Amino acid sequence: MVYPLISALGYSFFSWDGLMRESFAGLDNFRRVLTTVRYQEKFWNALGHNTIFFVITFVMQTTLGLYLAIQLTRKRFGMDFLQTVYFIPFTLSMVVVGFLWLLLLNPTWGVFSQGLKVAGLGEWVQPWLGQKSTALITVIMVNFWRWIGFPILVFKAGLVGIPEVLNEAAVIDGASKWQLFRHVTFPLMIPTISMVTIITFIWDFNAFDLVFVMQGSSGNPHYATDLLATFFYRTAFGDPTIGGASGEIGIASAIAVLMFIIIGIASYFGIRMMQKKEVKY
Amino acid sequence: MTSRTGVNNNNNNQLLEKILTFFNYLLLTVLALIFIYPLVLMVLTAFKSTREFFFDPFGLPDTWSLKPFIDVWQKANFNTYFFNSVLIATSAVILLIFCASLAAYAIARFDFKYNNLVFMFFLAGIMIPIRLGILPLFILMKNLNLLDTRLSLILTYAASGMPMSVFILTGFFKTIPTELGDAARVDGCNKFQVFYKIMLPLVRPALATVTIVNFVPWWNDFFFPLLFINTDALKTIPLGMTIFFGQYMTDWGLLFSGMVIASVPLLILYILMSKQFISGLTSGAVKG
Repeated sequence: MVYPLISALGYSFFSWDGLMRESFAGLDNFRRVLTTVRYQEKFWNALGHNTIFFVITFVMQTTLGLYLAIQLTRKRFGMDFLQTVYFIPFTLSMVVVGFLWLLLLNPTWGVFSQGLKVAGLGEWVQPWLGQKSTALITVIMVNFWRWIGFPILVFKAGLVGIPEVLNEAAVIDGASKWQLFRHVTFPLMIPTISMVTIITFIWDFNAFDLVFVMQGSSGNPHYATDLLATFFYRTAFGDPTIGGASGEIGIASAIAVLMFIIIGIASYFGIRMMQKKEVKY
Repeated sequence: MTSRTGVNNNNNNQLLEKILTFFNYLLLTVLALIFIYPLVLMVLTAFKSTREFFFDPFGLPDTWSLKPFIDVWQKANFNTYFFNSVLIATSAVILLIFCASLAAYAIARFDFKYNNLVFMFFLAGIMIPIRLGILPLFILMKNLNLLDTRLSLILTYAASGMPMSVFILTGFFKTIPTELGDAARVDGCNKFQVFYKIMLPLVRPALATVTIVNFVPWWNDFFFPLLFINTDALKTIPLGMTIFFGQYMTDWGLLFSGMVIASVPLLILYILMSKQFISGLTSGAVKG
């Protein structure tokens, strides 16, 4: 585990010819990623997509996901069944998820488009994955469809951990449902929410499979869905879009190290914030 | 906030409550449909011929024959991919359990100088995504002549599963009273026998959790096979799927059958072991 990560750092300081290490290059690889035209634009482009990816997923899971978790925690009819339903996509391989939605969203034959036509909304049908304006958000939604089962599960575990006494006390004091949520449930859920957020961040900044399967290694259309991981993959193992150029290990290592730094810093501050906000009871 | 009293308000509140409950259920159901319907479609379409699918995408299939599945299984090499996936994921789990249980037992039960340090070392690994180390790993595998072998995946998976597994197992070993081990020692067990005959059976639930938590992502993994495996006969299901998709792009019925075959094992596993599944996924994320 540690060896590959340390040597990734080492690799990033050297210049490479194919898989052979050539000479020490200092920070030159980093400079090239961040300042030369060839890489710089793609890097910031991908970083932006990863950020959007994370932010949208985060907002949706902490609103919709938390709402679902609260509903599912109530001992009501059918909740166990619903829990299973929401979780099933999470057991699927990203490859299956990618292909499944690729077929469902196909503008001509896909069931999604057919459904819209049947509902008389034929003009709404669009090549969601093929046009720049909608491709990224579509991929994010497909990812969300598979992912949400996990946050729900963890939120549920957190909710069950809140002592019943606290809820009862608040109800006796006359708190409304919203007040109960706002002043009791939510503050006590902050550690769980933060933990899930950190995990989501790490996942989303490593996302690869879905874009690779649905949009190819260069994040079609025209890099509109390119992520750091696909950018890294192209740089390391060759890119068919730039004439099958072979990989550049030094540059790719520098990208990996930058990704590692981003994830590391974000997780560190995430955990720090979580510890500060933690409520004792 | 003002507190409300009075019979009228109470009635209103009850009505409001009922409406809210209704909308909650409505929303929950609609969402459940969004989650399950694509999967229902996937299974239904798997039974259809391509022609049938294009003319009637929503209806039930005319016949419920297993032919598409058999076709996929034989023609598209799915038997090979399936065998590889099973072999790789299972071997990796066995190797992982062997290493992780020994490491966790040592951390939990033997007091030595760097006990805590070793534990922290494993713990740090939980947060670090192994994928970022892919380049050195790739070159390492190349130098070891392991590229394009099943072993490369087994070793990578087993190693990447260590941090989480050691974390779960150490917690479990710590809950077992030391007296049990002491008693066994008095009865003549050596240290390894205590571990093997007394401790290991007692942490069986944790072993099940470790198994499931690791088996699922490995079964579904696409990234490492994509980079390590080249020979078609060694490919796992997710990687094989991409080949299969390229070849049969026009035969949608067959594509859906392939997806069903790839997904069914884990679905069954999840339904059978959902308790271990849930405890495994939440143990890392929720701490007191």
